[in-house]
Amino acid sequence: MKHRSSSEQHPAKNPRIPAEVASTSATDGMEDKTPPNPRELTQNPLKKIWMPYKNGLPEKHISQRKVCMTNCPTLIVTVGLPARGKTYISKKLTRYLNWIGVSTKEFNVGQYRREFVKIYKSFEFFRPDNEEGLKIRQQCASAALNDVRYYLTEEGGQVAVFDATNTTRERRETIIQFAEQNGFKVFFVESVCEDPDVIQENIVQVKLGSPDYTNCNTEDAVQDFMKRIKCYENSYETLDEVLDRDLSFIKIMDVGQRYLVNRVLDHIQSRIVYYLMNIHITPRSIYLCRHGESDLNVKGRIGGDSGLTPRGKEFAKKLSQFIQKQKISDLKVWTSQMKRTIQTAEALSVPYEQWKVLNEIDAGVCEEMMYEEIQENYPLEFALRDQDKYRYRYPKGESYEDLVQRLEPVIMELERQENVLVICHQAVMRCLLAYFLDKTAEELPYLKCSLHTVLKLTPVAYGCKVESISLNVEAVDTHRERPENVEVSRMSEEALLTVPAHL
Amino acid sequence: GSFLCQGGLPNNGRADKPWESLSRHLTSVPQFCNSPTLIVMVGLPARGKTYISKKLTRYLNWIGVPTKMFNVGQYRREAVKIYKNFEFFKPDNEEAMRIRKACAAAALKDVSSYFTKEQGQVAVFDATNTTRERRAVIMSVAKEKGYKVFFVESICDDPEIIAENIKQVKFGSPDYVDRDIDEAMADFVQRIECYKASYMPIDDDKDRKLSYIKIFDVGIRYLVNRVQDHIQSRIVYYLMNIHVTPRSIYLSRHGESELNLLGRIGGDSGLSPRGQKYASALAAFIKGQNIKDLKVWTSHMKRTIQTAEAVGVQYEQWKALNEIDAGVCEELTYEEIQQNFPEEFALRDQDKYRYRYPKGESYEDLVHRLEPVIMELERQENVLVICHQAVMRCLLAYFLDKPADELPYLKCPLHTVLKLTPIAYGCKVESCFLNIGAVNTHREKPANVDVNRDPEEALQTVPDHI
Repeated sequence: MKHRSSSEQHPAKNPRIPAEVASTSATDGMEDKTPPNPRELTQNPLKKIWMPYKNGLPEKHISQRKVCMTNCPTLIVTVGLPARGKTYISKKLTRYLNWIGVSTKEFNVGQYRREFVKIYKSFEFFRPDNEEGLKIRQQCASAALNDVRYYLTEEGGQVAVFDATNTTRERRETIIQFAEQNGFKVFFVESVCEDPDVIQENIVQVKLGSPDYTNCNTEDAVQDFMKRIKCYENSYETLDEVLDRDLSFIKIMDVGQRYLVNRVLDHIQSRIVYYLMNIHITPRSIYLCRHGESDLNVKGRIGGDSGLTPRGKEFAKKLSQFIQKQKISDLKVWTSQMKRTIQTAEALSVPYEQWKVLNEIDAGVCEEMMYEEIQENYPLEFALRDQDKYRYRYPKGESYEDLVQRLEPVIMELERQENVLVICHQAVMRCLLAYFLDKTAEELPYLKCSLHTVLKLTPVAYGCKVESISLNVEAVDTHRERPENVEVSRMSEEALLTVPAHL
Repeated sequence: GSFLCQGGLPNNGRADKPWESLSRHLTSVPQFCNSPTLIVMVGLPARGKTYISKKLTRYLNWIGVPTKMFNVGQYRREAVKIYKNFEFFKPDNEEAMRIRKACAAAALKDVSSYFTKEQGQVAVFDATNTTRERRAVIMSVAKEKGYKVFFVESICDDPEIIAENIKQVKFGSPDYVDRDIDEAMADFVQRIECYKASYMPIDDDKDRKLSYIKIFDVGIRYLVNRVQDHIQSRIVYYLMNIHVTPRSIYLSRHGESELNLLGRIGGDSGLSPRGQKYASALAAFIKGQNIKDLKVWTSHMKRTIQTAEAVGVQYEQWKALNEIDAGVCEELTYEEIQQNFPEEFALRDQDKYRYRYPKGESYEDLVHRLEPVIMELERQENVLVICHQAVMRCLLAYFLDKPADELPYLKCPLHTVLKLTPIAYGCKVESCFLNIGAVNTHREKPANVDVNRDPEEALQTVPDHI
């Protein structure tokens, strides 16, 4: 090894640290002793993560950057009168947290009550002087908290969302004590709203369809529900900036016009606050589609940056007509930075934004290969991918898990926006779709996102309505199902069984 | 349909890769805002308004939103050369009132100029703005010109925090440069009193139509009202994540790697023997610093992880901290890049910040993917980040407020730890070379960046290697 003084470096201009510290470190570093057994590193074959190992086994010394870096689980507690959107928020937040990789589950006390009291008669159950009712409701809350404890301590859950009215300080105090005993952090999410129109709309959207009101006509149901709300009003103690100054909470006022945020303790609470401040309930639709069929698609090759085939261009034209017919107000159009999505957007003749993070999954060394070539050149990789398609990372490439992380800002902005058309790619579209339709990590990489098909997503009640619209332009199938045999030792034919036809 | 070509230099002078339509139908970066945004600070003196203004401005510029702050106190110091005492700020001092109003107006005029002539997107108007009347004036100007307004009010009554503020930033101010400390403190306290009588905080009822965030007690509590758009949402998120607890951030690259020795870029090689020595030296250095609750972060690449292993504490791996992806140039030497991709090599020298390697990334892309790292660094306290040359340049540029054209040329040599400690309105940097030799991996911008240059001219600044 040649040593030239010019290649040594010494930042003479910059101030050195105080002598005592410098000498300690310098002497230590200069001693010619071998470092105390630096641990060997091995790269996990599935995720391509470097980790230390001993005696051939990986050691658990390191941690992957996960969202929930706190060791203690978090208990999110909703607060608010009926019909204030607590369950809507609970379900949405749970869906978001699970999507970004934080194991979350919601516990709806109303659900427990319905299981206990098989038939709902009327609002009288909720009257504050109905002792029997109160006892049952308390039992249900306890049962739910018990399940929360089990989920967070035995089932590896990281966040539990305790969805109930929790409108009195007394009730909240009970929960706080429960959390303290079990070492959970508590974060309250209160929804306050006095706008009668919003409340009415809530009731119509989600209460009328509730099991409580299946045999009720609309007017009676609404009347009963209003009386139900009244039962809570007198004892309602809203979160107070003085009385509750030591608690961690966010108070959402008037469906997001205003927020009061108190004592955010950690990263996950900060992310939750950011998410809650970006969601809205204004009606709108999100359109997801892939680029038109590309030259590489037709050849059965993955990745790359090719242009559209004639059929792909035909799709782009049909897409333009479709969009125009939909008569969408203020439509935003987003594409990736790859030629095929941009070419597709160009046909729409409207302004569009390019997002690099919408680029297709990076297949690393497998870019532009056919599945047959991957099987031939990297049979081990091909098998590992079939074993865990969500976590599998291509060598020098990405995994679906990586994709989700880079798509998070897209989801956040989609939440902020109203009508949007996202022209993207197969793996990307699967990730976005999984978020909206609450699909698990196992299902996500196998969601069907065919070429030349637009998915129109419209939020409704607690979920999302999906309309699949094929624009009637032929295209190759690029969907490869999971083959039966995912063993590393399998034969080529077994591996290639589910590869779709191509040129 | 329009004809697409990949943006190359001759067509439009841009050195990046996004496919561009010649009919200019698109934007290549997501638009943060269409109308300019005027952020208006509100609060008594010594409530951290300038601290917030400067930090916010630095952050927005780093993520690519052209932002500038306008400190009215600065304008006042230029108008009234010598500051005598707090009497200037007495509410009944008509002469002074006139001057102060003129200064605010002058600042607003410069804001306007910044938006219209300099393509600014966000202006931070840093003044007390403690009366409804003053805020109404600002809002009418903004309305007339089509600016969005977002107020940031800082409310704090903790006397300790205020005293600390005054010590940290006021004593060093030009206003008090020849004063002794006790005198300065007494005067400043009187100054604050001048504002108190007429201070009208933003009213949650009367001002419910305004867009604002109120920050209470340095971040214990926030009230957020009517966030209008993406940029305001990002601003709120940022303000809710910063803190003023004293701490230090240590930035270091991995120890010298095998590919470093060979003069090759990128890749995922392990540490050279000297790199291993550095890892041990780093461990000793960290121990000597006696840092409480130190978090250690690495990338997913072998060389940073090997380095962290020696430090011997728990570390977190962030994929976002991976080195810049050099695409088709991964693991090449500069000589090989010049030989195989001479045009790319020249384009890179022409605009190193925006240049994207074919099938790779640009510094601009790097900043984008490092933003969550910066956000988490703001939330955390003592952190050691073991990363890579380009990544470290991006992080350093954020802390030291370096513009895009300087960023890719910041010196981040191997085997050197940078200790960053927030102080006053900025960041103190201490550079600690741990006395283990390493190759130089810093390539300066050569004199000739023309596509037609000779190979020797291109390779002039390449550092030595095996």
